[in-house]
Amino acid sequence: MKKVKVYITLRESVLDPQGQAVKDSLHNMEYKNVQDVRIGKFIELELDDTADIDTQIKEMCEKLLANTVIENYRYEIEEGVMQ
Amino acid sequence: MKTAVIVFPGSNCDSDMFYAIKDGLGEDVSYVWHTETTLDDYDAIMIPGGFSYGDYLRSGAIARFSNIMPAVVKAAKAGKPILGVCNGFQVLLEAGLLPGAMLRNKELKFICQTTPLVVENNNTIFTKEYEDNEVIQVPIAHGEGNYFCDGRTLQQLEENNQVVFKYHSKNPNGSVADIAGIINEQGNVLGMMPHPERAVDDILGNKDGLRLFQSILKHWRESHAAVTS
Repeated sequence: MKKVKVYITLRESVLDPQGQAVKDSLHNMEYKNVQDVRIGKFIELELDDTADIDTQIKEMCEKLLANTVIENYRYEIEEGVMQ
Repeated sequence: MKTAVIVFPGSNCDSDMFYAIKDGLGEDVSYVWHTETTLDDYDAIMIPGGFSYGDYLRSGAIARFSNIMPAVVKAAKAGKPILGVCNGFQVLLEAGLLPGAMLRNKELKFICQTTPLVVENNNTIFTKEYEDNEVIQVPIAHGEGNYFCDGRTLQQLEENNQVVFKYHSKNPNGSVADIAGIINEQGNVLGMMPHPERAVDDILGNKDGLRLFQSILKHWRESHAAVTS
């Protein structure tokens, strides 16, 4: 069993209106030193071991989990806890 | 002309689309559930608006992998007219049948209002019944209609006249180059955020959308006559 953590973020070239709104709110809360806020997604997968897990996860990310027109992704593979 | 309206769990403009074809055009139309696998019997395919699969992950991302989609791709390759409205547009983008992607509206609000559009290209099978650069009134209703593509794609879209509709005077959602609707290079797949199916009847206060469906029908009749004669 493997646990995979997938982080999806908007590409640098894409404006993030949600992040902007949160940044404005943090500024209103007097956290004036906040320069930028970018909001992304965090996805946790638990899957059975396969020979080529990297290829499989990349495929999942490119096909479904991320839209590479607007998003980047990275992931970490951890040993899963036995149930 | 036989038209299919594809229905996903969470589609909610399917009845409006059905009504536009059946009563607006007076043509044969059927609902096709997303579990079906063929569209061979249909001449035109409509992907309606709504919130397919609750917009989970991204709008259109899960619908794009439903059983009916290979048939939509096949119909696109065969040159059949395919219209995706609102969530239907998002599905076409996720499926790669049109370039680009959708972002949240710039102001983060869901916007529901009649919006003026400019017909940027009236030389398509969807827009022949409009004048070039005509300004029409069509309702929008979306929270995620902020069309995005990279600079190179935008240049290609503009060079090939693939931008069919632009927002007029005020861009409601922050889309690149005020884009409201684009067509594929072959000219048979149109995606647009505004809802022409909600503007097909005087009783709705607006008939500007009807000519889009009339254009599709006219094209079908012309090509059909060419085949049979």
